[in-house]
Amino acid sequence: MNSSQPQTLFEKVWDTHVVAQEPECPAVLYIDLHMVHEVTSPQAFTSLRGRGLSVRRPERTVGTIDHSIPTHDPSIPIRDDLAAKQIRQMEDNARWAGIRLYGMDSAQRGIVHVIGPELGLTRPGMTIVCGDSHTSTHGAFGALAFGVGTSEVEHVLATQCLLQRKPKTFEVRIDGTLPRGVTAKDVILTLLARIGVGGGTGHVFEYTGSAIRSMTMEERMTICNMSIEGGARAGMVGPDDTTFEYLEGREFTPNGESWDRALAGWRKLPTDPGATYDRTITIDASELVPMITFGTNPGMGLPVTGSVPSPDQMGETRQKQALQKALGYMGLEPGQPILGRPIDVVFIGSCTNARISDLRHAAAVLRGRKVAANVRVMVVPGSQAVKRQAEQEGLDVIFKAAGAEWREAGCSMCIAMNGDQLSPGQYAVSTSNRNFEGRQGKGGRTFLASPLTAAASAVTGKVTDVRTFMND
Amino acid sequence: MGGFTAFSSRVVPLLVNDIDTDQIIPARFLKVTDKLGLGDNLFADWRYDAEGSPRSDFALNKPEARGAQILLAGDNFGCGSSREHAPWALTGFGFSAVISTSFADIFSSNALKNRLLPIKIDNTEHQELVELVTKAPQTELTVDLVTQTVRAPGGRAYPFPIDSFSRVCLVNGVDELGYILGFAGRIEAFEEMKR
Repeated sequence: MNSSQPQTLFEKVWDTHVVAQEPECPAVLYIDLHMVHEVTSPQAFTSLRGRGLSVRRPERTVGTIDHSIPTHDPSIPIRDDLAAKQIRQMEDNARWAGIRLYGMDSAQRGIVHVIGPELGLTRPGMTIVCGDSHTSTHGAFGALAFGVGTSEVEHVLATQCLLQRKPKTFEVRIDGTLPRGVTAKDVILTLLARIGVGGGTGHVFEYTGSAIRSMTMEERMTICNMSIEGGARAGMVGPDDTTFEYLEGREFTPNGESWDRALAGWRKLPTDPGATYDRTITIDASELVPMITFGTNPGMGLPVTGSVPSPDQMGETRQKQALQKALGYMGLEPGQPILGRPIDVVFIGSCTNARISDLRHAAAVLRGRKVAANVRVMVVPGSQAVKRQAEQEGLDVIFKAAGAEWREAGCSMCIAMNGDQLSPGQYAVSTSNRNFEGRQGKGGRTFLASPLTAAASAVTGKVTDVRTFMND
Repeated sequence: MGGFTAFSSRVVPLLVNDIDTDQIIPARFLKVTDKLGLGDNLFADWRYDAEGSPRSDFALNKPEARGAQILLAGDNFGCGSSREHAPWALTGFGFSAVISTSFADIFSSNALKNRLLPIKIDNTEHQELVELVTKAPQTELTVDLVTQTVRAPGGRAYPFPIDSFSRVCLVNGVDELGYILGFAGRIEAFEEMKR
């Protein structure tokens, strides 16, 4: 911990949170903010109680209900008994532990990775964990944020600490200006197509470069969100004025003198000149195009104007088999263009792409247009606050006039636990993060894309290049 | 909980790359509030047909899979979500080890906390084991955590790396939470300093 040595953002956050480091042992790492939801926390609370332990710092844990919550009219009771029980248990556990819960009736509830930043709970330099792999989202603020399992949820509840081995660093440098119709989602899908779903294992990504600097916080969140799809432990962006402007005035952001003090600290966080990373990859933003996935993991992506690859192009036997299996599941033929594939459903939502800017993108395409006959289009805001904002802007009117469903906040069809799901064989263009077999419903087939691509595809009823909608 | 040492078992080959946690245990089975019964739905969408009957051609449904404790999987096993239900489902079925060339980080961490060994070997060794198990499905391998080796009949041994701390915890039955709780004083001091 030599302060004269140039350090990366990650190293700075890591070093300032190590409580103890015994020889040969993982570090005892202090966790500033712990977020819990109904699916991955019940067993942790039960085990904690079973040991006769309590929650060490209830003020550092925040709960929400997002995964199994229905997105239909909230006055309709939850029909799924198991989901209802899980939700009740979250409420009971929060009450028992004295932790703040953005529950069913909260006007601020939403997807955990949407509300954390929205409320100003997520701030630069923090360590943040949640029993959810997309916790990497919060790294957009220069926090070290990663997903943990339920045993680790219990560790944090009991001790506010985790045992962690220090990961390696991986710079993802994105320079240049994104062409029209190409978004943050296309950037991350490009990265994943290049490095594969295991390419970042054991590493923390830091996204750098002029393209990242010129992005809004919501765009940075989309990119950091899918770091886990590349196998990375976390994804981070050095905080800058864009970060600070986003944070100022939010409910849990410090104010007055505390703001000034916090700000002075945050300005020291970005990676020092001369600091080095274990690995680096460079992407030229100006060369990027709208991306879409064709297969059954997020690394199986291609330009929307591209053709489905052939297993014959794959060198290794198991890679060949993997591609064959994916194409078999997706019902696609090698060499076939992806453009024009008919679809049944469009899902605009998830912690990747359900913030206000995402909904504005989708609405800009759908304004004055109709969704294709026989295509179901679901728009699911990331939080109730996003929903209210969209309604203030009249986006809900645009969606409904186009023939899309305007729903309540939640994870919804991204994980398909709440009744929002594809039927076997259906094709969807989704703005979510995972196209694994059955992810959006057993037998369902997912093409991952940006909100722009999803909205354009909703209009035509087939996979569409949004740039053809942008002739003006 | 007792120490984890060595065991011998037949091997179930599931040679698919990038097996994600949604395949290991689909999300619709995550509405539980305990850890029990998940083994019945391990690999549910590959294991059962549309009517819910076991598919006879799926590795877990073959007679030699009965009682097997070792899964031999393709590269990058356990990618995707952080659900600890994945190791709960694997151990619930009866597995004590998964052999692959690589593991996703969160899966690996979750597995070690549930007495499920993520055994990482290189491509050539993996290929050898695949050939061995494909030719002789009744082959038993011995997994020894103390010496960190997988031994095949005939004496071939495959050393594997494992996090040294996790190994000590598993072999000696040490509880990780208990270890962190031992730092209570330093955690307190850390919080004091940050205030």
